[in-house]
Amino acid sequence: MAQMNMIDAIRSAHDVVMAKDPNVVVLGEDVGYFGGVFRCTDGLQRKYGEHRVLDAPIAEGGIIAAAIGMGVNGLRPVAEIQFADYIYPGFDQVASELARLRYRTCGDYFSPVTIRTPCGGGIRGGQTHSQSPEGIFTHVSGITTVMPSNPYDAKGLLISAIESDDPVVFFEPKRIYNGPFDGDPNKPAVPWTTHPKGEVPEDYFTVPLGIADIVKPGSELTIITYGTLVHVAQAAARLTGVDAEIIDVRTLAPLDVSTLADSVCKTGRCLIAHEATRFSGFGAELAATVQENCFYSLEAPIERVAGWDTPYPHAFEWQYFPGQKRIAAGIRKVMEAQ
Amino acid sequence: MSDSSADIRYLRFLKPNGELDKDAPTGSHDPNEIADLFRRMLELRVFDSKAINLQRTGKLGTYPSWYGHEAAQVGVAAAMKKEDVLAPSYREGGVMLCRGVSMAEILLYWGGDERGSDFAVPRDDFPYCVPIATQCLHAAGAAMAFQHRGESRCAVAVNGDGGTSEGAFYEAMNIAGVRKLPVVFVVINNQWAISVPVAAQTSSSTLAHKAIAAGIEGVQADGNDIVAVRHCMREALEKARKGGGPTLVELITYRLGDHTTVDDAGRYRQQDEVDTASDLEPFIRTRKYLASKNIWDTQLEEQFLEQCTNNIEAAVNNYLATPKEAVEQMFNHMYAEMPESLLAQRAHAIHFCDTDKD
Repeated sequence: MAQMNMIDAIRSAHDVVMAKDPNVVVLGEDVGYFGGVFRCTDGLQRKYGEHRVLDAPIAEGGIIAAAIGMGVNGLRPVAEIQFADYIYPGFDQVASELARLRYRTCGDYFSPVTIRTPCGGGIRGGQTHSQSPEGIFTHVSGITTVMPSNPYDAKGLLISAIESDDPVVFFEPKRIYNGPFDGDPNKPAVPWTTHPKGEVPEDYFTVPLGIADIVKPGSELTIITYGTLVHVAQAAARLTGVDAEIIDVRTLAPLDVSTLADSVCKTGRCLIAHEATRFSGFGAELAATVQENCFYSLEAPIERVAGWDTPYPHAFEWQYFPGQKRIAAGIRKVMEAQ
Repeated sequence: MSDSSADIRYLRFLKPNGELDKDAPTGSHDPNEIADLFRRMLELRVFDSKAINLQRTGKLGTYPSWYGHEAAQVGVAAAMKKEDVLAPSYREGGVMLCRGVSMAEILLYWGGDERGSDFAVPRDDFPYCVPIATQCLHAAGAAMAFQHRGESRCAVAVNGDGGTSEGAFYEAMNIAGVRKLPVVFVVINNQWAISVPVAAQTSSSTLAHKAIAAGIEGVQADGNDIVAVRHCMREALEKARKGGGPTLVELITYRLGDHTTVDDAGRYRQQDEVDTASDLEPFIRTRKYLASKNIWDTQLEEQFLEQCTNNIEAAVNNYLATPKEAVEQMFNHMYAEMPESLLAQRAHAIHFCDTDKD
């Protein structure tokens, strides 16, 4: 085992898969010579060559579309979109092409593209470098949507994503690239070496897609979350003293319904937390799923804590971020409901 | 590959050694006018370095320096009329300052305060565009509005070399060509899109060549030559205003600084390239030219810089003293009228900002 932060883990995932499969290629803006603005592909071009790790012109639609063509023709492309905030020019290619290729050829064609993209706020990125658009992608049928919350999962899930024959959009919460973050911006940054999931095998391993992780068992309330908020929710639960079961969804679509449903049927109470805007956010799908599966076990209305329905404000980053205080208030509300 | 660069005009009047080309058009190089433009360039440079320092000391957010682009930015603004409309990328704060946006407003924006984009003047210019090349189409749209109303106004979109790879850039030139829109697409080619050099961005022999397929004129100018930049822009704007349609103007310069304050260009480019570019930068030649006309010297420059520094310090103090907005501000400009659901969220957000509550 080695100590890795999420950047190391993501780079290592590329490395082991590229070593194993010569068809894996990486493309994106600044990913080659420079190794990516977040360093996630650092050293890969030197090791695997310019033909396998290529600097693409600035055209997100072009990057994703070219990856589709490569994927249909035997390659296994990993496309990096530098920030999720800039993925929109490529959205047509994802929604209209990548997601439907298998469907509209009755399974004859598919393109095993993985699109990696850093998401989320808490990094003073303002409205153009902080977005969490995962709910837009989970709404596109045919796409696997993933968001890891720690280095171990990041590596294992990314290897699974690259090896998957289905297209995967892989969101990387950049606030936790270098360390877990409990939502308190005034505390000194904590490195991944302090966290058990910062221990990552150097070799090949996978974390399966489509399986949620119970990060902390509990009996009184289920918190369903993913990404950065996995860590914030744990801190918020400690604040309240409530014995919460905390579930890291990890793969948003296809969703691991049984893990969520079993938990909420056991605890009878459910809080859903995500950083993305609340309205039509992925939390709405989670709440509907819980309601459908656990209605007769629910002892309180399902609570959602999410980003406000505004752009991510640079000046009010921490008032926007669903931090410990807001999640704790949500937990109390669910616990107090009769 | 055939050398097609001959198809594209290249303008340079003020040579790197400060000599004016004998073919420089009349009216393009009045020394007093050039001195005025040079003062703007100096002001931009001092402001830019101050902004970087503010970021380094935690008083400003991430900031994209325009170090080396001063002649290009001042020249573009100088050729525009007040009633024209600018659609800038994130690096064009210098053009915006020349257009009348205040230093304090620019600082507010990069300090994370959206009021920085609610500038007092010019009211019709677009705010900073951070996504790449999307503003090119907005400029085309503005030009369609001018054309629709029969106004004698032009739109100017400013984009970088990397932005010319985006679909939006081609789409903008295409519709502008079809509709003969009064718009000028400026590409400030500073050779680097973060870590990616132009050669890895396109195999087009110049960026100005990208105009050809859209059926519009493409022209290049030395972006470090204030005389050529202003003249080239004046020509393009005059043509557009007379109904002659759009032009793509490629201004060739060099990004002497990092991509932004969170970048370290030393990791991906060679210092000797930067040194070579530094010899060609815009201040050296302009200073020599003005000195040769006996209207500029070290003493005048020192006096001006002192005045500049004082103005900039005042703007910085104004920025730092601007009262922070209240938290509800993030909800207040989402819709023309606030929907009920947002009213509830706003109340909720205010509740959580009161630290006495939990």
